[in-house]
Amino acid sequence: MDEFINLKETELRLGLPGTENVCEEKETVSCCNNSNKRALPSGSENETESSTRKTETSPPRKAQIVGWPPVRSYRIKNNIQTKKNETDHEVQGSYVKVSMDGAPYLRKIDPSCYKGYSELLKALEVMFKFSVGEYFEREGYKGSDFVPTYEDKDGDWMLVGDVPWEMFLCTCKRLRIMKGSEAKGLGCGV
Amino acid sequence: MNYFPDEVVEHVFDFVTSHKDRNAISLVCKSWYKIERYSRQKVFIGNCYATNPERLLRRFPCLKSLTLKGKPHFADFNLVPHEWGGFVLPWIEALARSRVGLEELRLKRMVVTDESLELLSRSFVNFKSLVLVSCEGFTTDGLASIAANCRHLRDLDLQENEIDDHRGQWLSCFPDTCTTLVTLNFACLEGETNLVALERLVARSPNLKSLKLNRAVPLDALARLMSCAPQMVDLGVGSYENDPESESYLKLQAAIKKCTSLRSLSGFLEAAPHCLSAFHPICHNLTSLNLSYAAEIHGSHLIKLIQHCKKLQRLWILDSIGDKGLEVVASTCKELQELRVFPSDLLGGGNTAVTEEGLVAISGGCPKLHSILYFCQQMTNAALVTVAKNCPNFIRFRLCILEPNKPDHVTSQPLDEGFGAIVKACKSLRRLSLSGLLTDQVFLYIGMYANQLEMLSIAFAGDTDKGMLYVLNGCKKMKKLEIRDSPFGDTALLADVSKYETMRSLWMSSCEVTLSGCKRLAEKAPWLNVEIINETDNNRMEENGHEGRQKVDKLYLYRTVVGTRMDAPPFVWIL
Repeated sequence: MDEFINLKETELRLGLPGTENVCEEKETVSCCNNSNKRALPSGSENETESSTRKTETSPPRKAQIVGWPPVRSYRIKNNIQTKKNETDHEVQGSYVKVSMDGAPYLRKIDPSCYKGYSELLKALEVMFKFSVGEYFEREGYKGSDFVPTYEDKDGDWMLVGDVPWEMFLCTCKRLRIMKGSEAKGLGCGV
Repeated sequence: MNYFPDEVVEHVFDFVTSHKDRNAISLVCKSWYKIERYSRQKVFIGNCYATNPERLLRRFPCLKSLTLKGKPHFADFNLVPHEWGGFVLPWIEALARSRVGLEELRLKRMVVTDESLELLSRSFVNFKSLVLVSCEGFTTDGLASIAANCRHLRDLDLQENEIDDHRGQWLSCFPDTCTTLVTLNFACLEGETNLVALERLVARSPNLKSLKLNRAVPLDALARLMSCAPQMVDLGVGSYENDPESESYLKLQAAIKKCTSLRSLSGFLEAAPHCLSAFHPICHNLTSLNLSYAAEIHGSHLIKLIQHCKKLQRLWILDSIGDKGLEVVASTCKELQELRVFPSDLLGGGNTAVTEEGLVAISGGCPKLHSILYFCQQMTNAALVTVAKNCPNFIRFRLCILEPNKPDHVTSQPLDEGFGAIVKACKSLRRLSLSGLLTDQVFLYIGMYANQLEMLSIAFAGDTDKGMLYVLNGCKKMKKLEIRDSPFGDTALLADVSKYETMRSLWMSSCEVTLSGCKRLAEKAPWLNVEIINETDNNRMEENGHEGRQKVDKLYLYRTVVGTRMDAPPFVWIL
């Protein structure tokens, strides 16, 4: 057992030091030893909680036991239909990822928690310890090296603040605080 | 009472409306039986194969309202093949022939055809109310017949049915003279709706109190509909996507403010969350809220809405509300009686799901809670013990832990003690659904304490036949027992055959009962229909020598006074 533990410590992994890789495969809890119990279909032993992305390369879903969970087929159909209508977001719940150039890791926020742009930007400033400058309709953000941008539904990078708040909430997929020279392209006047 | 003339006794009986009470009255003496049957107007038949139309009409010739249920409950989860049965046509044909004055028909899990609906619409002059729940087999053509021919139609209520939408003009089949509608629910229709016909219909229906729209009714139509029906009490919103700056949204806001009678809100089949705030002004009046189809509305918006709903008695919601959201419900909705939390992510492992904490919060905050359906990721015995202490008044307690056989996630113990605490504390418990890791012990508790239990749903639970025996021996009021994927076999099945005469039905699928066990049961109890549903390979069951020991995939048995049914498909064997 000791050997095993040592091996783990010298293992090369990606990730910040001090964090542990969460084991992605859960074992089924073995029920009381019971020959009477019917075995569950083997597919249900691999429950992966990691991925919520709706891509085609996502890990195989848990094998479906017929009629489980006990939800009316009418409700399941409705659920699927509604999900089909959603655009393919990288949004989990209403949270979006926020990255800042140069920061070692990303954060996540729920933009709909804020009442408008000023609240949102203030929160970002606190989170990443920077200041964003002043927004001008024509020239963009002035007075800072940092420019808040977001990726919209079409995949384009847009300046935060141009569109009405409600529209922004609907179209924002992720946020990125650009810094320095790259930011200049979005009309940042230093 | 024998000193009174029949008319007086009958008048007294008029005040007795519950089916149970009327059934009890009819058993007192022959004279009461006679008086009761001639005055009975509403009849409830929980299993359409327990009797037949002829017997119904012979006993209750003055019938005005009939409720019929067809397929067993597990049909909701695709465990019963479509062609199994539950056809309403023979009933309608018999009722039509007898010229009984039918006014109301309520069907659940039955197969309804356009032919049945047409016959229904033409045969009963005073027909007023049609309620179809989880039915299938018909199209909008059938609805057109109802609309066109039922001149005094009051209710057309279609709940969660599978209807083939021919995109026809069924709504325009309501004649201009039809002004009596009180309930119109077509939320389950998938196709386009004739908005002009709908608006005209609503405008000429001053008594319309309940209106539930389908996906195809957009926001601007909703605004117009609400403007001409400010008396609305129960509203099901269809499609709810819109730009909050637009004119139709402003019109909607104005219309909603005028609907001061609105008490119940549902639908939001496709919803943009930011528009929910239009309903905030009337939230303080709401007693019922069903957001369980609004998959696109996320936690924070749900919470914002619910914070205004202080009078809520019934809440159906998705687990995307989260434990935090349920805490808000617990602190806001002090009048809450019924809560249902449905799973939003049925395929993967959702991070927004609820846990035992949400359940405990609700039980602590809502003293009037008596019915709960709760889908969650995990549970503990400690939580269930707390819930039992907080809410000893549960009538219905249905807990579904999404992963089968999952133990207490803190102690890794089975959940026997938790459920045991529930049945011990909740002396009025009538319905119980179990889940998680469970041994025979939980059934010992159920048999011991659940004296009022009428319906029990078991899945992936128990160790030996003893489990099932505890329940059959202990629960004197058991009516419907449904079991799947549990190790109960012939010993339990055959221990007390007379028990099944006191129950409506028993369902066992993927258990340990064998064909020979079922055959023995059928021999001992000729007043039972013992049905084997065998979809896989008909021939395998008949192989020589091993026939008896073959395990039965699906067993459904029920008491009946009319023997074997004649409409069973080939894969259903009635022993």
